[in-house]
Amino acid sequence: MKTSTWVKLIIVLVVVAIFGAYTLPTFIGEKNAKYLSELLGGILPTQTINLGLDLKGGVHLVLEVETDKAVYAVLSRAANNLQQQLLQAKIAADKVIPSAKDATIKIYLVDKKDINKAINIIMSNFPNFKVISDGQPIVIQLKKQIVEKIKKQAVEQAINVIRNRVNQFGVTEPTVVRAGENHIVVDLPGIKNANRAVRLLGETARLELHLVDDSVSVADALNGKLPPDDEILYEIKRDPTTGEITKVPFVVKKEPVITGDMITNAQVRFGGPLNQPYVAFELNSQGAKIFANFTATHIGKRLAIVLDNVIYSAPVIQSRIGGGRGQITGNFTLEEAHDLALVLRSGSLPAPVKILQKVTIGPSLGKISIEKGRKAMIFGALAVILFMIFYYRLSGLLADIAMALNIIIIFGTMVMLNATLTLPGLAGIALTVGMAVDANVLIYERIREELLIGRSVHDAVNTGYARAFITILDANITTLIVALILYQFGSGPVKGFGITMAIGLLANIFTAVTFTKTVFDIVLEKFRPNRLSI
Amino acid sequence: MVQIVKPGILIDFVSKFKIAVTISLILIAVGIGHLIIKGPKLGIEFKGGTSIQIEFSKPIKVTELRNAIKNSKIFSDSRIQNIGNSNRRFIIYTKVSTSSTTKSIEDALKPLLEKKFGNTFKILEVDMVGPKIGKEFRDKGIIAIVLSLLAILIYISLRFQYRFAFGAILALIHDVLITVGFLSLFGYEFTLDVVAAILTIVGYSVNDTIVIFDRIREKVKSNRKLSNVEAINRGISETLSRTVLTAGTTLFVVLSLFFFGGHALKGMSFALLVGIISGTYSSIFIASPVLLLFKGPLIPEKKEEDSTDRFKQRIEYDLKQRGG
Repeated sequence: MKTSTWVKLIIVLVVVAIFGAYTLPTFIGEKNAKYLSELLGGILPTQTINLGLDLKGGVHLVLEVETDKAVYAVLSRAANNLQQQLLQAKIAADKVIPSAKDATIKIYLVDKKDINKAINIIMSNFPNFKVISDGQPIVIQLKKQIVEKIKKQAVEQAINVIRNRVNQFGVTEPTVVRAGENHIVVDLPGIKNANRAVRLLGETARLELHLVDDSVSVADALNGKLPPDDEILYEIKRDPTTGEITKVPFVVKKEPVITGDMITNAQVRFGGPLNQPYVAFELNSQGAKIFANFTATHIGKRLAIVLDNVIYSAPVIQSRIGGGRGQITGNFTLEEAHDLALVLRSGSLPAPVKILQKVTIGPSLGKISIEKGRKAMIFGALAVILFMIFYYRLSGLLADIAMALNIIIIFGTMVMLNATLTLPGLAGIALTVGMAVDANVLIYERIREELLIGRSVHDAVNTGYARAFITILDANITTLIVALILYQFGSGPVKGFGITMAIGLLANIFTAVTFTKTVFDIVLEKFRPNRLSI
Repeated sequence: MVQIVKPGILIDFVSKFKIAVTISLILIAVGIGHLIIKGPKLGIEFKGGTSIQIEFSKPIKVTELRNAIKNSKIFSDSRIQNIGNSNRRFIIYTKVSTSSTTKSIEDALKPLLEKKFGNTFKILEVDMVGPKIGKEFRDKGIIAIVLSLLAILIYISLRFQYRFAFGAILALIHDVLITVGFLSLFGYEFTLDVVAAILTIVGYSVNDTIVIFDRIREKVKSNRKLSNVEAINRGISETLSRTVLTAGTTLFVVLSLFFFGGHALKGMSFALLVGIISGTYSSIFIASPVLLLFKGPLIPEKKEEDSTDRFKQRIEYDLKQRGG
């Protein structure tokens, strides 16, 4: 044999060996692959192909971080702050209204003469704002780059918090990634209790301790006589026997004493007369100091424990509480207490999140899909294989082997790239099977033509391959363009379709052209046939 | 040797162009007309909503299921689809979706079903898409289709003359319209998978067209005396057997996906089925006649040789050197 033929043969064998090794575990199972690899001294890969959620079951979530609310939180803090400062400067402000829509605060002063004084305070103490109207009302706007920064940080922080929660929840191979400006995509494969997981991830979990303002009666507050630094929050009580829900209003100070970011740890404990679960939390040193001082000076007052604007309990401060420890009691079930501790440990979300898309796939449906997809692929491939042998005899068999090799390369590459196989991806592979033989059909038809016009076997084969190659290249490139666009713009399962098609097309050029040509070369050189089985 | 198309056969395709174009226009008019009158049936990923797939342990009647849920606000105008023939698997579609992380649509469904059917069912799949992301998917799908057409137009313009590019793109648009029309006629939903299928058809159809164009170009270059009509007839005739074979093998697979792939792959494989037939047909009957719309030789004689020609010449030369 010629050296070039030898080289080609060796390349083909190496490719088959490498991709075959990566494909094998998927078909024989990870356990068998490990056993086999150990027998051979641990050189074989044992990783199986990554199945998409549609085949394995699990939850796919697209969340939107409501970044406007993070901006609003900053605005309302600034508005509160400004109001205090105006008060200190003896400037009477009627209303100070933050608005998230255009990131502005409107300040209505009682006396127009104070406008300049107020603007001076704003200019010197609120560098993040610019004054856009100095009339009545004064309108100040949060600078654009600050708004962008707040939004960006909110999304980044939200991703961290969610990732944290997912990890603590104990999901194998989860993905939490940012998508677009303020979207987060979360994939939780193989999860059983999807709704619980979703609830857990989406909980804002903003814990705050507010002083209950006993100087104002609740009835007065509800009738509009609410002091400007107070707010009304509700305690929601659920009757454990009837399930009836009652809302109890409380007047509390707007400014929280302790916020959730001071929490370092939270655990489920049991206690009380009924040995019920509750959540014990620990504060960092700063929080502990504030807490100790505050409780020392407010003995006899009540402190409301507020989670996401709902009061869980409002115990009376009996004595100074040192050591930075506190507890949240309520009528928790064990699961609720466990989840609450988890979200407190993992930190609060900087802004609420909304669900844009949620796909929950039960594991049994995944199995049905794999079974059907496999069946469809086998039947389709079988029809193609038999037809090729019927039509092109031995050459057809060669094309079939090339097609099998193509499938091995697709699976092997996907394992290597850690790509995900989805149901449309399986369809993509099946389709590649149909199209993979196209290249060989093109070549064989050409060879037949060349044989018909009287060329020798050797020449007909060479000319057939050479002439068909350009066409094959053109055809594969156009389809490849489409596959790549699918990969780029598709989401989840469709991406999987794009990737299997792209790999299949690239592999096709190798299997249908290089591989089959090598076999032809060997046969032509060794046996010098004067007839072809084509 | 088994042969589907007799070698050396020369069919006068050009003379059939008028009939073919008429048939195509009628099919497109019917399909797209249906689409416009009825409106596109968008899958929930495009319009927002929730679909819940449930499986019962024993067969039930659709009316029983409908009665169980019709009094609920969420499911009052929902659609129920029976999957397979066992009367055990159903999909309930509702336009309602929720962005809340604490309440879910399936939690609203469960008590309704439990009341009527007890514990004889389980939820297999829940697919919920908010209206906002639905719009995003829709935009992305359209961008992807337009971008693919554009990329292919550019590629063919680079590899062939403008009139070939024009023909190929018209054929592609033809295939997309036919497929979309048939999807509408047969009541299939437009889902992300279907968009993926349409893009695949775009790739497949252009592939087919290129093979024929390549042969037409080869015919013109090897014999300058050939008339345009004759070059086209020969180009199509000589590649006919390949065209039929490839369509055949691909159809085997797509049919298999359609019949055995289960509910999840139905829409996608139906689109592929229609698209591949249309793609094969349009390469012959749409892409090629467009070449005749322009006057003058198919390939200008004095045109600089492109790299393909040089490559082919080198191959010819190599073959001669080897004594071929």
